[in-house]
Amino acid sequence: MRNVIGVINLGSTRTLLNELTRNRSIASVPFGGRYRFIDFALSNMVNTGIQKVAVFTLNKSRSLMDHLGSGKEWDLDRKQGGLFILPPAISYPYGEYRGDLQNFYGHIDYFNRSKESYVIVSSSHMICNLNYQEAFERHLATGADITLLYKDAKGMTDDDIASCEFLGIDETGRVRKMQDRPTDERLLYMETFIISKKLLVDLIEKSFRQEEVSSLNMIKNSLLTLNIVAYEHRGHLSVVNSIESYYKHSMNLLNPDVWRNLFFEPGLVYTKIKDEPPTKYVVDAQVRNSLIANGCVIEGTVENCILFRGVKVRKGAVIRDSIIMQDCEIDEGSFIEGVIFDKEVMISKDKRITGDKNAPSVITKRSIV
Amino acid sequence: MKKQVVAMLLAGGEGKRLGVLTQKLAKPAVHYGGKYRIIDFALSNCCNSGIDTVGVLTQYQPLVLNSYIGIGSSWDLDRKNGGVTLLPPFVQQGGGEWYKGTANAIYQNINFIDGHDPDYVLVISGDHIYQMDYSQMIATHKRNGADATIAVIEVPWEEASRFGIMNVDDRGRILDFAEKPAEPKTNLASMGIYIFTWEVLKAYLVADEGNPDSSNDFGKDIIPAMLREERILQSYRFRGYWKDVGTIDSLWESNMDLLADLPELNLHAQDSRIYSVNPNQPPQYVADSARINRSLINEGCLVFGEVDHSVLFYGVHVGRNAVVRDSIIMPNVRIGENVTIHKAIIGGNSVIEDGAVIGDIEAGPSAEIVVYGEGSCLTADVSTQVATASEEK
Repeated sequence: MRNVIGVINLGSTRTLLNELTRNRSIASVPFGGRYRFIDFALSNMVNTGIQKVAVFTLNKSRSLMDHLGSGKEWDLDRKQGGLFILPPAISYPYGEYRGDLQNFYGHIDYFNRSKESYVIVSSSHMICNLNYQEAFERHLATGADITLLYKDAKGMTDDDIASCEFLGIDETGRVRKMQDRPTDERLLYMETFIISKKLLVDLIEKSFRQEEVSSLNMIKNSLLTLNIVAYEHRGHLSVVNSIESYYKHSMNLLNPDVWRNLFFEPGLVYTKIKDEPPTKYVVDAQVRNSLIANGCVIEGTVENCILFRGVKVRKGAVIRDSIIMQDCEIDEGSFIEGVIFDKEVMISKDKRITGDKNAPSVITKRSIV
Repeated sequence: MKKQVVAMLLAGGEGKRLGVLTQKLAKPAVHYGGKYRIIDFALSNCCNSGIDTVGVLTQYQPLVLNSYIGIGSSWDLDRKNGGVTLLPPFVQQGGGEWYKGTANAIYQNINFIDGHDPDYVLVISGDHIYQMDYSQMIATHKRNGADATIAVIEVPWEEASRFGIMNVDDRGRILDFAEKPAEPKTNLASMGIYIFTWEVLKAYLVADEGNPDSSNDFGKDIIPAMLREERILQSYRFRGYWKDVGTIDSLWESNMDLLADLPELNLHAQDSRIYSVNPNQPPQYVADSARINRSLINEGCLVFGEVDHSVLFYGVHVGRNAVVRDSIIMPNVRIGENVTIHKAIIGGNSVIEDGAVIGDIEAGPSAEIVVYGEGSCLTADVSTQVATASEEK
């Protein structure tokens, strides 16, 4: 995979997660107790052996850049290659951001200056653990111009796959159509593709001349002229496209099979290190069916929850069916059910905060109740 | 580039009394506290004290330790100037030899220290569990214009004869020093943490090396020589948690100390954070059937059974109906269903098969600690046999 560079494309203008993305990009939304969305996309590339990855950002990138730093945690602090964080290259004052392809065009030198011949482009809100090796070998073997990764979404509900793109493929595996509503086969496009660098650069330049600013349309427009092939991802996939699906997919991690699949198979997921001590359970702790990150202190009751790093649950506090992000503190005697706490929420003694599991409410960052 | 302080970390200890736990690694590399290795405490203390130049003196079984320390990035010690340097014994013109004693280890690395041209040298050991801001101790040393400053801690009188005991005047100046005295005059024990004015120490190291009768040890030779010649030796009183974890009992006890509701050693403190190499494991999963109390559990664990008053390192799986009590379970141990583990230390990557019973349950809390080394495989039959054998012993 020394011949492949990666792009994590965060240039989509869709806002999917409302409160959770008010002050952060979707790529830096916390997930799974200690990660951010981008950790999965980045770890997949690194675990495949890709040593040069660009992150095309859009806005609200402070938390993202803080998280990524020099790329050290992903082994991307390299002399050769490494991590490139590339914000939109729009010329002031006339520039206007209209689509993600502008980022590709604005940073065309990232491609031109690389000696590698292939590019893998991925999004960050399709959360999965995959190794691109096999897909890449298939790309070479089939002689495809572009290989699109998809997931068979027959087992997913309509809500699960809302605002996704779908593929229609023929018996040879060639992609014949792409549409924004489910096809009968429900083949969900993972917004991840493999392409030769030369073709990508040609397509970017051609699209731009035609004033096309969406990378998705760039591929769609090539369906007739190029050999576009589909590759199926068989592992777990969480499509996070709403607060409800964020909650649902988070809670799916409480299934040990999903836990194992997403966090270990085929590779480990890397993230920024916080050096928290192991989680401390005191004598009265009662924890059941929960995912608990390090640095927590649990004196109360926690059921069906995800606790991020450094959460404190004081004596007599009860938390059920909730996602509690980093460094929240729930004081004695409080009762919390069916909510998502963003980071650093403080709940004082004997408070009661409940929400609906099916439409969980989000308590915004640094709220004090 | 000149450094005010260079730290020399003695990490060559074989740790014989830790038995199977130090079969393949040096004592400072032994696991501690669910996530750490013992040496993390000394290295993190350096980092938290603003000391960025650390020489680590290795000798016995250095493989694990060397790869663990790497270039020191986990402790922020990957520096262009200074940083961490591993200092194993080496050969030079005219031969070479093992480090004969703690003082000889520093003597053999005079060139390393001189290369940084420090005013002071901090000598610490990689065998102790404690959180300490060395910069305060250095300030004390400077304020007193001392030649050497030794950190001391009050120990229970009945244990004082196990330590090097200092007799100090009312301003903290050390009057005399007795190594493991039968009748201790005070209960101020040396913690094995020294700050020396480098120029002075260097002269003593050279003189000590010239003395064929010397055991080349700080406690036995260098400090007594400095006292004899009426050098200014200052004590620095440390208040807090400090433990030498050189024996199975003390290692176990020190791990159990962390399980108190408010342990004396606060791993959560932001300004004295202990750093370690991160294994990149996901959050732990605690199943519906699990019960966890009075325990410290690290990431990557999967708990279906009961864990009480125990320390679990990363990647430990505890099967259904298993009971782990008063035990330390090192990384990636697989504990099957219906297993009982009582007052044991289980080495990393061990497999405990379904139904195995480990430890002397009948003896209760006063049972002897059962220890299994790295990569043990314990079946239901074998473990009962071994348990019986250890009872007979």
